[in-house]
Amino acid sequence: MLNRIFALIIKEFLAVWRDKKSRFVLIVPPIIQLFIFAFAATLDVKNVPIGILNRDNGRQGFELAQRFHGSPVFNKIIYLQSVDEIGPFIDNMRGVMVVSLDEQFSRNLEAQQPAQVQLILDGRKSNTTQIVAGYASSIIQTFNDDFAALSGFPQQNTILVIRNWFNPNLLYYWYNIPSLSGILTMLVALLVTALSVARERELGTFDQLLVSPATPFEILVGKTVPAVVISMLEGSLIIFVGVFIFQIPFTGSLFLLYCSMFVFVLAIVGVGLFISSLSQTQQQAVLGSFLFMSPSVLLSGFATPIENMPAWLQPVTYLIPLRYYLVVAKGIFLKDMPGDIVFNNIWPTAIIALCTLTAASWLFKRRLQ
Amino acid sequence: MSDPLIVIHEITKLFTPSSPPALDNISAAISKGKIIGIAGPDGAGKTTLIRLMASLLLPTKGRITIAGYDTVKDAAQISRLIGYMPQKFGLYEDLSVIQNLTLYADLQGVTGKVRQEMFDKLLTFTDLKKFQQRLAGALSGGMKQKLGLACALIRKPTLLLLDEPSVGVDPISRRELWKMVQSLLEESITVIWSTAYLDEAERTDSVILLDEGKLLFFGPPQDLTQRVKGKTFQIQNISGNRRPILKQALQKEEVIDGVIQGKDIRIVTRKVLEPGDLYHPLVENSHLDSARQSQIEASRSERGSPSQIGKGDEEDQFGKAAASRNRNFQLEDGIHLPAHQPLQLNPVSPRFEDAFIDMLGGGPGGVSALAEKTPVLPKKSEPIIQAEHLTKKFGDFTAARDITFTVPSGEIFGLLGPNGAGKSTTFKMLCGLLTPTSGKAFVNSLDLQTAGSEARSHIGYMAQKFSLYGNLSVRQNLDFFSGIYNLKGHHKRNMIEEMVETFALTPYLGVNADALPLGFKQRLALSCSVMHRPQVLFLDEPTSGVDPVTRREFWNHINGLVEKGVTVMVTTHFMDEAEYCDRIALIYQSQVIKIGTPDELKQGSVSSDHPKPTLEDAFIHLIKQFGEVPNATG
Amino acid sequence: MLQDSPISIGRARRLKALIIKEFYQIIRDPSSIMISIVLPLVLLFLYGFGVSLDLDHLRVALVLEDTSPDAQSFAKSMTDSHYFDVKIGRDRREFTQDILKGAVRGMVVVPSYFTAFRNRQDIIAPIQVITDGSEPNTANFVQNYVTGAWQNWLRQEAISQDLTGLPLVTTESRFWYNEELESRNFLVPGSLAIIMTLIGTLLTSLVVAREWERGTMEAIMATPVTIVELLIGKLVPYFILGMGSMTLCVITARLLYDTPFRGSWLLLEFVSACFLTTALGLGLLISIVTKNQFAAAQAAMVAAFLPAYILSGFLFEIGSMPLPIQLLTYIVAAKYFVTSLQTLFLVGDIWSLIIVNVIPMLLIGLIFFILSSRLSVKRLD
Repeated sequence: MLNRIFALIIKEFLAVWRDKKSRFVLIVPPIIQLFIFAFAATLDVKNVPIGILNRDNGRQGFELAQRFHGSPVFNKIIYLQSVDEIGPFIDNMRGVMVVSLDEQFSRNLEAQQPAQVQLILDGRKSNTTQIVAGYASSIIQTFNDDFAALSGFPQQNTILVIRNWFNPNLLYYWYNIPSLSGILTMLVALLVTALSVARERELGTFDQLLVSPATPFEILVGKTVPAVVISMLEGSLIIFVGVFIFQIPFTGSLFLLYCSMFVFVLAIVGVGLFISSLSQTQQQAVLGSFLFMSPSVLLSGFATPIENMPAWLQPVTYLIPLRYYLVVAKGIFLKDMPGDIVFNNIWPTAIIALCTLTAASWLFKRRLQ
Repeated sequence: MSDPLIVIHEITKLFTPSSPPALDNISAAISKGKIIGIAGPDGAGKTTLIRLMASLLLPTKGRITIAGYDTVKDAAQISRLIGYMPQKFGLYEDLSVIQNLTLYADLQGVTGKVRQEMFDKLLTFTDLKKFQQRLAGALSGGMKQKLGLACALIRKPTLLLLDEPSVGVDPISRRELWKMVQSLLEESITVIWSTAYLDEAERTDSVILLDEGKLLFFGPPQDLTQRVKGKTFQIQNISGNRRPILKQALQKEEVIDGVIQGKDIRIVTRKVLEPGDLYHPLVENSHLDSARQSQIEASRSERGSPSQIGKGDEEDQFGKAAASRNRNFQLEDGIHLPAHQPLQLNPVSPRFEDAFIDMLGGGPGGVSALAEKTPVLPKKSEPIIQAEHLTKKFGDFTAARDITFTVPSGEIFGLLGPNGAGKSTTFKMLCGLLTPTSGKAFVNSLDLQTAGSEARSHIGYMAQKFSLYGNLSVRQNLDFFSGIYNLKGHHKRNMIEEMVETFALTPYLGVNADALPLGFKQRLALSCSVMHRPQVLFLDEPTSGVDPVTRREFWNHINGLVEKGVTVMVTTHFMDEAEYCDRIALIYQSQVIKIGTPDELKQGSVSSDHPKPTLEDAFIHLIKQFGEVPNATG
Repeated sequence: MLQDSPISIGRARRLKALIIKEFYQIIRDPSSIMISIVLPLVLLFLYGFGVSLDLDHLRVALVLEDTSPDAQSFAKSMTDSHYFDVKIGRDRREFTQDILKGAVRGMVVVPSYFTAFRNRQDIIAPIQVITDGSEPNTANFVQNYVTGAWQNWLRQEAISQDLTGLPLVTTESRFWYNEELESRNFLVPGSLAIIMTLIGTLLTSLVVAREWERGTMEAIMATPVTIVELLIGKLVPYFILGMGSMTLCVITARLLYDTPFRGSWLLLEFVSACFLTTALGLGLLISIVTKNQFAAAQAAMVAAFLPAYILSGFLFEIGSMPLPIQLLTYIVAAKYFVTSLQTLFLVGDIWSLIIVNVIPMLLIGLIFFILSSRLSVKRLD
């Protein structure tokens, strides 16, 4: 039996590598995804154009406006002339925020009266603008403190000391790329397995396999092992690129990461085999994989945190293998995650893997007819 | 003679600059009002030529004109002149019969009263009137074919192009289609009919014979057949095993081709043999391999007096016939058969296929290197294959019903029937690919359902179109198949080497299976299926679409293997191939309608119109007897 | 033999026949229904519920090493805020595991010496805010929200204690068009672009490629039909299907999520039609070039779906991307559509913006169609 499994495994490796379609799937998506995730898919806020309406003619107004120029977040500052211009400015998306100072600003401040700054923000991009509002507020706060200090006012003597653990500069790609190791691995594992049975059906070799002494179990193992190896290789590639090219710190245990990846891949391979047993053609297999992948990625906590989701949806995420892997990947890269927490994320994945692999082999045997 | 309708002038077509040409310098002039055949094996260029005529492809060199219009420049006019039926019939499976017809009528600009009349006429012509609302996908093969033809005829074309219209359909439908097409000639429609069946080519008025893109012949088929006039004979009156005799015959230098026909052997000789020639040259050059030699020595000593040689003797029996106007074989000195068992050699009329083989330089010799190396399998007393009341249902549809038969060891058993009749289903149940809904299948006395893996280790399987791993090289394929059939280590390496040597695969070891020429693909597929020395070989339409020479080579190997004791089950819809079988089960509409040797089946259909029925005649006769109306689907 | 009808009459009839045929096929083909109706609804559902960038109930831990009234009132300002889900403890080590696990996103520590320092004028009393930097976006929000809560607390302290150290400069933020700051309100309109891409590009490219593979294309091409008729006959039904699906999704979004819609239906349909045409053009081009379903599916994913997802500005800010990629987004039609959609839904009919976005869309579409017609001939090779 081992002999046969071995022959099947070698054949599968060769078939995947030598088939143009499979090769495409193994090479192009990783490159594209790496590129995109490293650079494009970011919720960072940079290069934001804003407008300033400074109806104040005094020094304080000028000084405050200068502070905005100094900030690295705002790359383009357009001066508006009147309140009427605010509407079209925001509507036509020429800037995401308008900082509006009224005529009384400097006068009020110098008379030690409260002065107000109005921030008008474009709610169409509420995520960005909330962060922008935060930046603007802290600029104004700093200005306020400086002014108070200069004018000799007593101030509150408390401050907030903010420290970002694990990622002091909040570099987005320190988060993206470890997550990518999971997403990409999932994509490859899914596609390789989903295509495998469908390809044999299309080529006509599937019957040949079934007629041989190989049992369905052996055939499945023969497809699972190469898929696991290949996807783990891809995952490793990303880890390598992340650590050595992007200089992302790697603080935890590589062994634990691989354990987690292994179980994760098993779960995904089960899904892929399930899809493959359902598909008649390779194209159906690709669509099926896509159908599984989109919700998986969306609900895994990658794009948005799980606690943001409605309460009734959150339990569903416990069924998604990627969710657990992402926690581990981030943890091991950036947080030196200890073994017990890693294990807490592995055992649910293992159960999912058991279920998917069992379901896949059941369906596979049924579909042999 | 009026101007020709179609002028094909030095047509060459290359699909990519580096590949060999699909068509190489073809020229022909075709006149109106006839059925022209385009014949040749798969890959010969038939479809390419038809597509060029339909303006669907651009020639690389040369041009074609139809009724004076050039296919490149006047494509629009040509589309008004032709009716075209591509290989997959060109039907929309999701639309009903009438919707398909309406679509084509709209596209061809046939409207109003004329359309109504045309529809009426076509539906009657094709006998599809009561199936108008049925989805095209739910029609049987024969019905789809007729619908495809109807769609091509909607706007009565000047030229009708049919691309392999009769592939895989039942013989009755095939004949009806032919009759329908012939009646079109009366309406002065010219028909081009491409086919891989050489017997169909023979019935056309004029044939373009292609092989690997080259034009081998153009003209009335009789002209080509003349080539082999006087060179075709049948060896008759063979009792017992005819395969060794075939092998013997093929080994003679003067014989360029031989096939089994029922209990007789048909041969084509290199030169015309005049009456009065003795066949001493044929006889003296016989080569017997040493195994045979010793067998004959042994039986000779056993036999003693010639009169003890009986009819049941499985060994070769050669005889010296009474001198008469018949030609006889005389083998080695020393063996004589009693005078009452003469082999007879009778001239028969030549066939188109014979001429084709002659043009290609003749078929292969009779010795199969593969079979030579195969050890003799012991003969078993129990039947090797047993089908007991096999039934398979897919939902409501019964694909196979109560199929029962047995196959003893060392026999070639054929499942014959059109596509969709249930022969693939039966076949798959017997080799373990499908689970029967009820009934049992046994191979080597092992139940395929319970002892699956073990039973299958005795089976060798060759699928239609040779399912090899196209992306893997020859060596990788051999490695894989031997591994999966439980060969390991030394033994595995030796077997692979043996196959490489036997089939001369050395120059192709690193080539991807996809890229092999068709003949080598077949060899590779065969070697992959026999490396584990199986007891039984299952062959699923093994030679559909191949050229006759490759087919003969294949059957050489099979015959040789059978002589060594291998049992073979083969499915086919190609009647000629069925002649190689020892016994045939005719399958039609999910049931076995008759089992017998090819000759028994033919004998059963003798009638005044058909004193000498072919297997196809026999099949049609039996179907009609069976009583079901051919047009109804399951 | 029939007289040849003039081309123009034949054309209308042929087109009609092809379109009807296509509709029959759509109805009878399960995968078309899947991609055009089921998948969009699933995606709509996912984007509406699954994806949310709004952080409400941010899980943070609050360590009160100092339990003085000051600290307590600060704690109250945090627990009162609906932005936080606060876990209170005495020792920061209680929560280290939580941060590692991701159970809390941030930890605010009021050190034991807080009140003491505060009462002395010459030392600054710090409150530590520790964020989980492994999720930068969330970390940003933790910072912002804690800062906001802290400032509020300071102000209230100042008022209640009548301190003159009142922050003089106050900030008032007004978010136009999405006052509730629900990210769903901009994600859902944006997701419509993705849905249209699916139907317009993916479905079309598959369907045309399938016709090549099945051999029916061949038979049709041998009739007098012209290549333009063939293509239009394919596109029109999918156009109608796409518009229908789009309308269905918009209605669903309104009903299910109560997404505001402040523009006019007519303009929405117009802009959608423009985008759909462009998407169809791309789908057509892909199917002509690839001629087989597998390659068409891959190409549609890479050339249409991914850009719509990543480069259209629907989820990820284009401004934050490196310059070369920003330039790339100019040829992504989805970007213009997303902007138009977000504006139409949340703002209204801003003609100037819409025109500026529709023109590039149509231009891109035009290029696709020109390329398609160049590349497609009534030939099989």
